[in-house]
Amino acid sequence: MSIFLELENLKTHFPVYRGAIFRRQIGSVKAVDGIDLQVSKGEILGLVGESGCGKSTLARAIVQLIPTTQGAVILEGRNLSEISRGAVRAERVNFQMIFQDPYASLNPRMTVYDTLAEAIQTRQQIDKKLLLEKVGRLMRTVGLPANQMRRYPHEFSGGQRQRIAIARALAPEPKLIIADEPVSALDVSIQSQILNLIANLCREMQLTMIFISHDISVVKYISDRIAVMYLGRLVELGPATEVVEKPLHPYTKALVSAIPIPDPQVERRRQRIILQGDPPSPMSPPTGCAFHPRCPFAIAACKAQRPELEQKESNRFAACIRIGEI
Amino acid sequence: MALLEVENLRTYFYTRGGVVRAVDNVSFMLEPGETMGIVGESGSGKSVTCYSLLGLIPRPPGKIVSGSALFGGVDLLSCPKEQLRRIQGKRISMIFQDPMTSLNPYMRVSDQLVEPLLVHDKMSRSQALTKAITSLEEVGIQDAANRINLYPHQFSGGMRQRVMIAMALISRPEILVADEPTTALDVTVQAQILELIRQRQKDLGTAVIFITHDLGVVASFCNRVNVMYAGRIVESAPTDEIFARPMHPYNASLQQSIPALHKKGQALFTIPGLPPDLTIEFRGCPFASRCAHVGEICKEQDPALKQIVPGHGTSCIRFQRGEIADVRIKNFVSAV
Repeated sequence: MSIFLELENLKTHFPVYRGAIFRRQIGSVKAVDGIDLQVSKGEILGLVGESGCGKSTLARAIVQLIPTTQGAVILEGRNLSEISRGAVRAERVNFQMIFQDPYASLNPRMTVYDTLAEAIQTRQQIDKKLLLEKVGRLMRTVGLPANQMRRYPHEFSGGQRQRIAIARALAPEPKLIIADEPVSALDVSIQSQILNLIANLCREMQLTMIFISHDISVVKYISDRIAVMYLGRLVELGPATEVVEKPLHPYTKALVSAIPIPDPQVERRRQRIILQGDPPSPMSPPTGCAFHPRCPFAIAACKAQRPELEQKESNRFAACIRIGEI
Repeated sequence: MALLEVENLRTYFYTRGGVVRAVDNVSFMLEPGETMGIVGESGSGKSVTCYSLLGLIPRPPGKIVSGSALFGGVDLLSCPKEQLRRIQGKRISMIFQDPMTSLNPYMRVSDQLVEPLLVHDKMSRSQALTKAITSLEEVGIQDAANRINLYPHQFSGGMRQRVMIAMALISRPEILVADEPTTALDVTVQAQILELIRQRQKDLGTAVIFITHDLGVVASFCNRVNVMYAGRIVESAPTDEIFARPMHPYNASLQQSIPALHKKGQALFTIPGLPPDLTIEFRGCPFASRCAHVGEICKEQDPALKQIVPGHGTSCIRFQRGEIADVRIKNFVSAV
């Protein structure tokens, strides 16, 4: 499979200022701090991590919604961080986003038709009759009746709105879709409908997707590979099932063991790793491995050097110096 | 003797759009020291049930139409306000989903923590403060003597939830109502908080009513579970039974739609349709229009929760009549 999207040492830092008159920079929040990643065509990459670990910043940096501090985002051989802002705008039809809250991400004053037609026309101007037909087809693709296209978002339920948001993302026929927690705001029974829809669409349309979620069981179900983020860096990367069932990195282990499993008998037998404390502030990350203050396996060497993401098994990468020993 | 006995609770909201029957004929019992889960999707009435018991329903538009809730010989729903106030925050206390909106941002943590002690136990301020510091230490906050003087925004999300728990347990209540206390937290922090509640519960012998939408949390945390749908309890059983032998199609469908229990590539089971509009009065079972096992009788007869085996009840009419033995859905074609 060919490499479709490539991130090279991507960094996004937000400066922090203090003082009103003598404003000076007192530091920076290293939201994304050096990420190397390759995504193949047609792949669904799951991105997991706790809140504040930089998942959403990474997504926004990829689609160039926030400028990158350092590094490159290369989509099909073109470096997006180097081209002009106008060119990025033109390029943006190629990557679309689906957001968490379908109540906030749709314009309440636009009908479904307006929303979708506008999105279609970002790719190409087409005449009204064809547009009507295309909007109808899109609505059916996401499982909504086409005769409801003149309705407004408030007339739909949460799950239906998320379907509209998905249709809007598909409208310009993008090459890459970034879904930022697309099912987190939905109830369990609705969540499964939307997950099925996303899985089917990706299979049928050969979509490339980055699927961000804090729910590792959802990510395991939907994605081909999983990347685990901690404090702006990747700590583990590998095939979805293997990462969840046999995690390498201590953080991934803790993350997986913290998820309650809906089966009381499994729950009783499980050994749970309970992490102490909260994730540290990305403004002043700990020295060495960022996870060492919470890691049950940390040794002195972990404080001294920052581990790089290295290949540990075939297709499996982790950033930990003690993988062989623990 | 049950600690709390709720019978035929009905809480309606009289809105411009019609009467919302948020809680419709709910009955349950809580034993001392146990952990009872209430599971359901949004709008199923799980929070309103508990708010009704604590007198937290805004009136109007809300109104408790019928029912009783006996707690130590006192009916919480009809007792005078003064009497309820002596119970709230003393013998029954509550923790909420979002600690940022339920702690007062203008008050130091110390002032918020000692309040129940000053009001209910008539302690002196210095006595109360000592007790407050101890209670913060008990929920795992280090350097409590100094940090008690901070404001809520100076704590992280997990720490704030610990403060809430300390506050709720400071008066040694007999019942703790926890309304989705971990939903806003990360999974690693959620594990810490659940462990903490479990530990404190063991130390103090408090009974916990745990409201959640997460079946995973229920499986690891509760002794007994009530599954709610459209304002009613549709199934009630010990936790193991709820998962091993579901007796209501809604409970079974809900479990079958969780991604964690699916293999990769296998389509997820989906429940067709939407929950009913609670402003419209309907006959029969509220789940009938979405149920795979629906029969004629489900649309005609109003269901009621009945015990099938001791401790395990269902409101499914067809299950009660023995027409279906296994409510799980096999060979489904999942809708997209």
